Amino acid sequence: MRVMLIDDSKTMRNIQKSVLGQLGYTEIEEACDGQDALSKIGAFSPELILVDWNMPNMDGLTFVKTLRQTDKTTPMIMVTTEAEKSRVIEAIKAGVNNYVVKPFTPDLLGQRIDETISKLEASA
Amino acid sequence: MDASYISPFVSSIQNVFTMMLQLPVTVGNPRIKTGGKASHDVSGVIGMSGDVVGSIVLSFPRSTAESVVSLFSGEQLGVDSPDFADAIGELVNMVSGGAKAEFTGKRVSISCPSVVVGENHHIAMQKDVPCVVIPCETDCGELTIEVSIQVQPESSATNTQTASA
Repeated sequence: MRVMLIDDSKTMRNIQKSVLGQLGYTEIEEACDGQDALSKIGAFSPELILVDWNMPNMDGLTFVKTLRQTDKTTPMIMVTTEAEKSRVIEAIKAGVNNYVVKPFTPDLLGQRIDETISKLEASA
Repeated sequence: MDASYISPFVSSIQNVFTMMLQLPVTVGNPRIKTGGKASHDVSGVIGMSGDVVGSIVLSFPRSTAESVVSLFSGEQLGVDSPDFADAIGELVNMVSGGAKAEFTGKRVSISCPSVVVGENHHIAMQKDVPCVVIPCETDCGELTIEVSIQVQPESSATNTQTASA
């Protein structure tokens, strides 16, 4: 499975990459903000996207809204420090399929990824 | 500054350090900061805006910062490495984000973090807002959280009206 990681923190991308590696996902593309992700998404065609909220140039919410105009199906998980209920609702309305609040344990991130993929497979 | 705005930062740093670094944090007695000199040599700075405005600084002695970054990133990084600043920035981001979630009923945004490295550096904060320094102790060494925030008056008025409606 091709996974795109979008986060302005390289440290956070490395942590997420390590969790994905443990789950057996090794085909990974990284992007440092929403704009960077949009420029790479066509060539990479991700099957799962993990996206941060607060990033320079283009934030995660704008990225989700932009992508959902043309792509209604690729599953997206918001991984962010934004923990307020109103923000979670805002992200779900914009089109994310799941939500992980930082800080997280590797187990929790793994669970959310599994959940998201299972739901996708069940609805296919 | 309302003391209730300090406890979210205490619980947030303990949560972030325990969950991401497996590093328990013992918190000492907060004190009011005098002067603009940072507590230590490495400072991660983040701004808050919206209903609560001000800044949050996570300040580490260099050796503590290097140990913490090593735990967080899984590699030994010197202070000159861009990845070192990235890791410190992400830590202050998570601590501030976790704390702001506790400001119930307030709409608050946080900025992208900045990181300052150097002996005796100064961080300019709003002069009319007190800065509370929260000393912390870990197995990697000491660090501090400096909280200088205030609730916008319009926000208090709005919330009062909403609560009584």
